[in-house]
Amino acid sequence: MQDLVNIFIKSIFIDNMVFAYFLGMCSYLAVSKTVKTSIGLGFAVIFVLGITIPINYLLENFILKQGAMSWLSEDFASVDLSFLSFIMFIAVIASMVQLVEMIVEKFSPALYGSLGIFLPLIAVNCAILGGSLFMQERAYTSIVEATVFGLGSGIGWFLAIVGIAAIREKIRYSNVPGPLRGLGITFIITGLMGIAFMSFMGIKL
Amino acid sequence: MSSKNEALFSKKNRKLITDPLNDNNPVTTQVLGICSALAITVQLKPAIVMALSVLAVLSVANVLVSLLRNLIPSRIRIIVQLVVIAALVILVDQVLKAFVYDVSKELSVFVGLIITNCIIMGRLEAFALGNTPWKAFLDGLGNAFGYGWILIAVAFFRELLGAGTLFGYPVIEKMGLYDLGYENNGMMILPPMALVTVGIIIWVQRAKNRDLIES
Repeated sequence: MQDLVNIFIKSIFIDNMVFAYFLGMCSYLAVSKTVKTSIGLGFAVIFVLGITIPINYLLENFILKQGAMSWLSEDFASVDLSFLSFIMFIAVIASMVQLVEMIVEKFSPALYGSLGIFLPLIAVNCAILGGSLFMQERAYTSIVEATVFGLGSGIGWFLAIVGIAAIREKIRYSNVPGPLRGLGITFIITGLMGIAFMSFMGIKL
Repeated sequence: MSSKNEALFSKKNRKLITDPLNDNNPVTTQVLGICSALAITVQLKPAIVMALSVLAVLSVANVLVSLLRNLIPSRIRIIVQLVVIAALVILVDQVLKAFVYDVSKELSVFVGLIITNCIIMGRLEAFALGNTPWKAFLDGLGNAFGYGWILIAVAFFRELLGAGTLFGYPVIEKMGLYDLGYENNGMMILPPMALVTVGIIIWVQRAKNRDLIES
């Protein structure tokens, strides 16, 4: 249990997707103009990360990894399909996003109304593929750990985008030097937020 | 399209390469492909390897999608594009693992993330789907160079100021600046400073080119 809490806290604060690895920056910069839309996108990312990472975990451990297919027969023990992981992961992500979109539309039109436009965007958000690739690299030992990691990373991304959106809403009233306006100042503020988040690095878990 | 009797390097075609270098830079103006531009710029070597990988993937993917553009039904074009890109990225990844294993370890997940690098998707969507292969190839080259020089510039400053080296060669030490009391700015190595460096590049670029300033 304590391991799970550690992974959760670590993936939100210490290994924050945006501030430590710059993942999902494109949509982070493009959709952070107002708090309302950024909350929508943030929830969609939590949702999709929480679903795709466990699925990709199963894929990795029962099909792709070296020797992973030995549950089928002993002959497959030496098969290593890990070079296929990029294409498999992205296919899973694209189809899951499509599926999630359809399910949400059917069962919760209200949620669909607020997430709707963001869901297709997410298929090409690097935070999602990055989550799966980190899951592969860090070799989590159980599917529960992988799921917790996925949810934690999603929440970390959510915090980052809502934070920057709130700052950008306020900064509209400030007198920023012309050439820095818009993109430039957003980069620098993100850098400062990153420095603030780095203080979490001292936490030993 | 009047490209049949157009010279291979006509003015319009040359513009496809030179535009993305500055005025229409993919990183600083179109805001595409930021993720990888920031994460692997601690040192020059991985930054150059990354720039070359993106160059290979982007130009080939642009040509392939441009060749297929009349065959792809527009409803499933995203999936088709992703498959083309993913296949090329797997090739690049295998080549990197075979020839420069240490750099490939350093880049870790970011080679795979070329798949979702929005420069590539963005150029495929915006350009390759509507233009002839040769133009698409030039556009790919131009954007990859535009991406590459930002990457290399950021990495240059971060490695020089942060670690005092260039390509691992101790420049500052050889110049004897440490004896004069110079210290490395360890902060430049930390991730947030990449953002600030790009922010400053944007600042300089827009101060020179006032048309780009956002209102």
